[in-house]
Amino acid sequence: MSIAGAEFVRPVPVDPQALALCAVGVHKSFRERESGEHQWRRVDAVSGIDLAVPRGEILGILGPNGSGKSTLIRILATLLVPDRGSVEVFGYDIGRHRLLVRRLINRVSVEASFFKKLTAEENLAYATGLYGVPNRQAQAMAREILERLGMPAKKLRVPLEQLSRGQQQKVAIARALLTSPTLMLLDEPTTGLDPKSRREVQQFILDVRQRHDATIVICTHDMDEAERLCDRVAIINRGRFEAVGPPQELKARHGATMEAVFFTLIGESTAEER
Amino acid sequence: MFWFYNVINTLTIGLIGFSMPAGPARNRMVLYLAIGALLWNFLSILFQEVSTSVQWERWEGTIEYSFMAPIRRVTYLGGVCAWAVLYGLVRTVVILIAVAFFFHINLAGADLAGAAMVLVASSVPFIGLGLVAAVLPLLSTERGAQATQVIQGVLLLVSGVYYPVRVLPEWIRWAAVLSPATYTLDAVRKALLSGASVTSLFGVSLGLLASGVVLIPLGLGIFTLAERHAMRTGSLKRNG
Ligand SMILES: Nc1ncnc2c1ncn2[C@@H]1O[C@H](COP(=O)(O)OP(=O)(O)O)[C@@H](O)[C@H]1O
Ligand SMILES: [Mg+2]
Repeated sequence: MSIAGAEFVRPVPVDPQALALCAVGVHKSFRERESGEHQWRRVDAVSGIDLAVPRGEILGILGPNGSGKSTLIRILATLLVPDRGSVEVFGYDIGRHRLLVRRLINRVSVEASFFKKLTAEENLAYATGLYGVPNRQAQAMAREILERLGMPAKKLRVPLEQLSRGQQQKVAIARALLTSPTLMLLDEPTTGLDPKSRREVQQFILDVRQRHDATIVICTHDMDEAERLCDRVAIINRGRFEAVGPPQELKARHGATMEAVFFTLIGESTAEER
Repeated sequence: MFWFYNVINTLTIGLIGFSMPAGPARNRMVLYLAIGALLWNFLSILFQEVSTSVQWERWEGTIEYSFMAPIRRVTYLGGVCAWAVLYGLVRTVVILIAVAFFFHINLAGADLAGAAMVLVASSVPFIGLGLVAAVLPLLSTERGAQATQVIQGVLLLVSGVYYPVRVLPEWIRWAAVLSPATYTLDAVRKALLSGASVTSLFGVSLGLLASGVVLIPLGLGIFTLAERHAMRTGSLKRNG
């Protein structure tokens, strides 16, 4: 048994042999009604996903809009209860050991959700306070992380609504990292960033795996990003994995470039919003 | 300033009493109204604050992050409630000072200790009611806050904030019996207007505490159920 988790968040005993993430037969459907419609429709957002992620891996989930990436991430992040199937994080079932699992994970979403009128410092104080991280340490760590992400420290003191989308996303990444998660769930962290910021964030993700011994699941619809960052990539379409493997292997089997792989597996016509 | 409106509102309501001819009856009326305004101010903060913060977190989308934190829901809600009590007390004291300064109120015959006891006891059921109301914005971002205001409006109507509940029409008077605010207002007025002693207000305070002991677990229970519902239907998400 070794101790994983943060210096400040109460550590969780973790079996070093355990998979960082193990999901079996996960299903989730929603009821949806378009405005004006009377009938509810069932949307199968995730339909039968199996997943085994060893510790230290960066797994990419590549898929078109509406393919179920965010739903899957929310299930892994204990925010959604799956209709069927089971998920374990470092051997802990996410339903039965919800609070333990929550100490091991954190999530960054596409939308950097903050109290927009408050400053980054205030937002970070609130968020890390919920995890029991002492504020002084949190602020010092935040300054260091944001510096590595190429963001000046004085930006921490202005209301978040005055920061650019890229800067907000960097603060969101800092917020997640401050709780030293052993499993990071990143849902399109670079969508909408300019090329320079995207590079910085990507480099940072590689850095985090190195320095913090973190396991990372990252959703994206950016082919280059998937290839550059990920040890393995899962191609998701209509709530199912079409293929999972290292980028090299996928390319050897399904096409010359990741883009070719993507279109071979998903089909040109379906690779758009449902 | 932030509280300007609250101070002015309380003073305005107190001024209504000045439409009576001068004398002890007028002083009593002004105090009667001011107590109503002050207490309503305090109780509505307790009632609203949890609901408001859930609403705010939903609006900004931070609620998914707060709910993902490894913290028991009781602890999270306890923190919000503690903040509400502190905020409510400070704001009420500020308004109280303004009122006392403006109206030169004479509290010679009042029993302040009794009033304070009732006030403390009444915050318990109001926190419970606030937890129940906080479920509404958890279920619906848009309509939740409106529903909370409807409940608050009903409480304002039936609890005798600015008039004795006996002036209410017959068909709604029964509702006054159910509102903890009715007993709070009545008891605080007895203490401040008629000098009712701590011992004579013991029963009411105990009753208020007892209703809180029922309402708080009820509120927590309903909140937990609503959270579970949201985790099944995916209603917490704002976008993405
Ligand atoms: N909370 C929800 N309520 C109803 N439908 C949802 C909800 N979340 C996702 N969906 C639906 O599930 C499908 C998958 O969505 P999502 O997981 O967000 O896809 P992605 O992140 O890959 O773009 C979409 O059709 C979407 O409309
Ligand atoms: Mg998404």
